[in-house]
Amino acid sequence: MHRSNRLAYWRANLRLVAVCLLIWFVCSYGFGVLLVDELNRISVGGFKLGFWFAQQGSIYVFVALIFFYAWRMNRIDRQFDVHED
Amino acid sequence: MTLKALTYLTVGLSFALYIGIAIWSRAHSTRDFYIAGKGVSPIANGMATAADWMSAASFISMAGLIAFLGYDGSVYLMGWTGGYVLLALLLAPYLRKFGKFTVPEFIAERYYSKTARIVAVICLIFISFTYVAGQMRGVGIVFSRFLEVDVTVGLVIGMAVVFTYAVLGGMKGITYTQVAQYCVLIFAYTVPAIFIAIQITGNPIPQFAFGSEISGSGTALLEKLDDIVTSLGFHEYTSGTKARIDVFCITMALMVGTAGLPHVIVRFFTVPKVRDARVSAGWALLFIAILYTTAPAVGSMARYNLINTVQPGEIGTEDGNLVYEERPAWMETWEQTGLLEFDDLNGDGRVQYYDDANPDFAATAERYGWQGNELRVDRDIMVLANPEIAGLPNWVIALVAAGGIAAALSTAAGLLLVISAAVSHDLIKGIFLPGISVKRELVAGRFAAAFAILIAGYLGFDPAGWVAQVVAFAFGLAAASLFPVILLGIFFKRINKEGAIAGMLTGLLFTYGYIEFYKGLFLKWAGSPWGENVAENWFLGISPEGIGVIGMCLNFVVAIVVSHLTAPPPERIQHLVEHIRVPRHFEEGT
Repeated sequence: MHRSNRLAYWRANLRLVAVCLLIWFVCSYGFGVLLVDELNRISVGGFKLGFWFAQQGSIYVFVALIFFYAWRMNRIDRQFDVHED
Repeated sequence: MTLKALTYLTVGLSFALYIGIAIWSRAHSTRDFYIAGKGVSPIANGMATAADWMSAASFISMAGLIAFLGYDGSVYLMGWTGGYVLLALLLAPYLRKFGKFTVPEFIAERYYSKTARIVAVICLIFISFTYVAGQMRGVGIVFSRFLEVDVTVGLVIGMAVVFTYAVLGGMKGITYTQVAQYCVLIFAYTVPAIFIAIQITGNPIPQFAFGSEISGSGTALLEKLDDIVTSLGFHEYTSGTKARIDVFCITMALMVGTAGLPHVIVRFFTVPKVRDARVSAGWALLFIAILYTTAPAVGSMARYNLINTVQPGEIGTEDGNLVYEERPAWMETWEQTGLLEFDDLNGDGRVQYYDDANPDFAATAERYGWQGNELRVDRDIMVLANPEIAGLPNWVIALVAAGGIAAALSTAAGLLLVISAAVSHDLIKGIFLPGISVKRELVAGRFAAAFAILIAGYLGFDPAGWVAQVVAFAFGLAAASLFPVILLGIFFKRINKEGAIAGMLTGLLFTYGYIEFYKGLFLKWAGSPWGENVAENWFLGISPEGIGVIGMCLNFVVAIVVSHLTAPPPERIQHLVEHIRVPRHFEEGT
């Protein structure tokens, strides 16, 4: 594998990680902690929204994020021809 | 059949299953013993990781904690799940590519240093023993309540079972046993939750039920709960009392700590490929999330049921509370364990349950002639007593007992394995006797596991009430010591041995020092804790539970600065880092 290619692969990986971690941060620390009082003014289906993010929503987002990352990363692997088997 | 007979039967059958699996899948080589021969499918590994991760604390204590803390309990929910995102994105695939047996082994090779390896082993052993002691205590609680045996006898039975399959089966045995344990524990957790959700709201899915209306009232459960807890002087359920920065830091410390826990990381060494390590973290979190999204529903419903039990009349009125002589049977059984206590302070024969520390409520309480809160409920009993509170059939209660034991045993076994691997692989083979044969290393590993079980059993008696104190330390320590050096080792080639060791020690000592200062750990003989553990005294308002985050930041800064002031790591280390960053690269030929 060429050096430039390797760098491009690593950069694509870092970009994906950065996007995922941003979503991770916003949905837990943002909605569940820092903005919780503001969001609690909104009520969705019997839940105050901030409370819901802190006790439910953030966890669903975490699960989805990991599967999304795994799926995208596998595509990047194939694109740069570094996938296994 | 009586409850006792039914519980013995259920728990006995589950034990037979675990031991049967252990014999069927016992380890034949060091690869089997440490990493299950790298042959575990990502879904099975996800289940095993979930069982490994969800301890007695998750199963028994968490919903109870949330029931009493309300919104503030969210730190545990987010903290103990969000770490998997860090693990999947930042650590697991690379460590799997590295392809060795233990976490200290990675640190030793990446930082070309035996000193770094020893520091890592010390962190690992401390973290793991803290944890395993907590599990053994959980086993003791469940046994003493449900099997009505002495806590000591319960502990010994638990130790014997773990011994059989951890020592025989190694990682391979543990992995497949944990898959079975996950099934038992998740079934045991969700069945009562579904029953109670139907009872209260008519909605069978707990995750939706706690946002639903209470059957026949037209009021949403959480709204009603806010209403009734505040009418007893307690803090509103859906909002918090902790400072924002403290909630932030505790959540972060728990998340990063989770990602840095060796017994969790090592699970990702067992899958066949890098790709599997990524997706396996997703499966693990999915399986964990089933319990973690049910727990807050259980917490809120348990609080609601508890208050309704002690306040059969109108809540928040003078004579709405329960007459002690008319208390339900479950209160009597738990009173016998000492985990639920009633003290009739004003001698009126009624149970007053309210927040006597709330100055705004004091006037009301005085007007009613209440002289303090009279009911003390240990939060650990909420999950275990929940089926009884809700009047569910005996088989559900027996199932909860088996589930609690499965949760404790699966975590204990995983922890004992990383301890034994650290001793036999990192200390004996890695440092003291590099020439040891594979066969003798395996024997050493089994001896180390057996020895670790004995120590864990002893700590499980918890002679000094030490366990509860150190749990926060285990997370803070993992966050401040192991996580940063592993992360830096993968993402920054320039970090060298000097930087890593200085960083680990700084994070470790700072975090330890802060906790010792405010909570007291080992230096009680020298007069610790020296500082009063209140928010006004804390650094930036961060409690000892959350201080691992600052320790982590210091670790990062020190590691980077020191690395840049000293010589760069050798060429081969740069190659090693490039090698682990790409799934297929040097894989052939190694």
